[in-house]
Amino acid sequence: MNILVLVKQVPDSEALVQVKGEGSGVEVEDRYTLNFFDSLAVEEALQIKEQTGAGTVTVLSLGGQKAIEALRTAIAMGAAEAVLLEDPAFENGDEYATAKALAAAAKGMEWDMILCGKEAFDDSSGIVGPLLAEFLGIPLVTTVVKLDFISEEQAVVVEREIEGGKEVIKAPLPVLLSAQKGLNEPRVASVMGVMKAMQTEIKKLDLAAVGLSQSEVGKAGSKEEILRYHRPPERPPVTMIQGEATEVVRQVVALLKDEAKIL
Amino acid sequence: MAGDVWVFAEYQAGKIRKTSLEVLSKGRELAEQLGSGLGVLLLGSGVDGLAQELTAYADTVYYGDNPLLEKYNNDVYYQIIAALAEKEKPHILLAGATFLARDLFPRLAGRLKTGIAVDCLSLEMGDDGSLIARRPLFGGKVLADVVCREGRPQIALVRPNTFSLPDVQSPAQGKVLPLDVTVDTSQVKLEVLDVTRMAKERLDLTEAEIIVTGGRGMKGAENFQLLDDLADVLGATVGATRGVVDNGWRTHDDQVGKSGKTVSPKLYFAVGLSGAIHHVMGMNTSKVVVAINKDPQAPIFQYADYGVLGDLFEIVPLLTETLKKEI
Repeated sequence: MNILVLVKQVPDSEALVQVKGEGSGVEVEDRYTLNFFDSLAVEEALQIKEQTGAGTVTVLSLGGQKAIEALRTAIAMGAAEAVLLEDPAFENGDEYATAKALAAAAKGMEWDMILCGKEAFDDSSGIVGPLLAEFLGIPLVTTVVKLDFISEEQAVVVEREIEGGKEVIKAPLPVLLSAQKGLNEPRVASVMGVMKAMQTEIKKLDLAAVGLSQSEVGKAGSKEEILRYHRPPERPPVTMIQGEATEVVRQVVALLKDEAKIL
Repeated sequence: MAGDVWVFAEYQAGKIRKTSLEVLSKGRELAEQLGSGLGVLLLGSGVDGLAQELTAYADTVYYGDNPLLEKYNNDVYYQIIAALAEKEKPHILLAGATFLARDLFPRLAGRLKTGIAVDCLSLEMGDDGSLIARRPLFGGKVLADVVCREGRPQIALVRPNTFSLPDVQSPAQGKVLPLDVTVDTSQVKLEVLDVTRMAKERLDLTEAEIIVTGGRGMKGAENFQLLDDLADVLGATVGATRGVVDNGWRTHDDQVGKSGKTVSPKLYFAVGLSGAIHHVMGMNTSKVVVAINKDPQAPIFQYADYGVLGDLFEIVPLLTETLKKEI
């Protein structure tokens, strides 16, 4: 079983993000980490590999130096091979253009299953995975919290989270699955793993290598355009209430009724 | 019809979901601005009655009623909507950002070669007929206005609790249009074996109008009874922080935050929780926030409208008792 895992390096949740100038861009503090949901996908791939005892876990990312960090983290966890899509033409693409490039790369690789995170911490779209499945013509299941591989049938039975419940779905290989919290507890890389990650060669693919044209990727290949950025609306300063409990509760209820007009 | 605004409607336990009704309300507004019709899409089994109900909100109710559609299956729903959209060419396609929609519509956007914006907090019509969707980035630290330059329909999924409920047209004006449900079974790879929903009396966190969330300050699973009691009085849903879920006091289904659910209720009680950034990212679009904490330095007070400084074990039962009398 060969598994391809999509990974992305994203700002961590504490990173400072500010809107630049008149909303033309954003400035992100340099505090990056492997996307949490992607680490679940890497972990799951490694567990399947350990269970089946055969095949390769390959991690794939698109970008520059940051993407390399994501790939190295995944190798340190135990992934065997890493592929980076790197070309100025790929830059500033939306999810559609990114998925096009990933699909072109995936077509040239051997895999039975693709795993990814349910969304990335930065844009929280959760679109690239499903688009990739569509471009590759394979089925997909998102927000997977349990995965059983049935080797004799070359199929998976997965549980997917829905509002207040779950769906149990059977899918034949090849399939794309996106990982939701609860799927597993991602391992922490060992020292040996980190050393291996530093030495492992990362295979690089540019536009020509994946066989796409300039117009299909990056900004030119995008469907969505960001017009401007905004700061979120600010909440008015907090009204603090303290004192004797009965009085505090009376005040809160009065404020919710008369000021907030919500009860 | 070509150029129309479409809304995909979901139902649960025999009722149209609240989030779908909210999106219908916005859909009507956009259709009026465009001078176009409003269509609604309903897929299911035994949904005649619901289709009729939707004629009070939309001009055209496209509905597929077939045992094949009883349970959501990405491979099946995708085929039907793609074929219909290719034939009818709607200008805009909207849905609530539910687990179903987030599973279905990104793939559909790929098939229709168009763009999609997810988890939108507002939708406006641009002068050129393009839909401007405002969506959060970096967990809501920044908002971005995005527009689909190429491809139609423009697809947007809206965060539940973002828009108000629609007016009911009386008498209902819409017409129903049953769809001929034909599915290429060779393209159906997924098999839905089972769907279970916990028998919950309360709305899901994403749709709840009032949420009472407890943090590690609750000190133990058993103390969540205090929040359950308060929620009972308010008709609210109980949430939990990551720490609480990691401790096994509540299930992940109840988690509010960046690795849990993003919620946007009218009223949010943050009880005994410090306000770590990954939690705030999941609740910061709540309209009114009441924080109850004994630590005056707790960051949650920066994100609250009303901050109650005190012992939750004293305050919460009193609040429940008082509200019982008042509402």
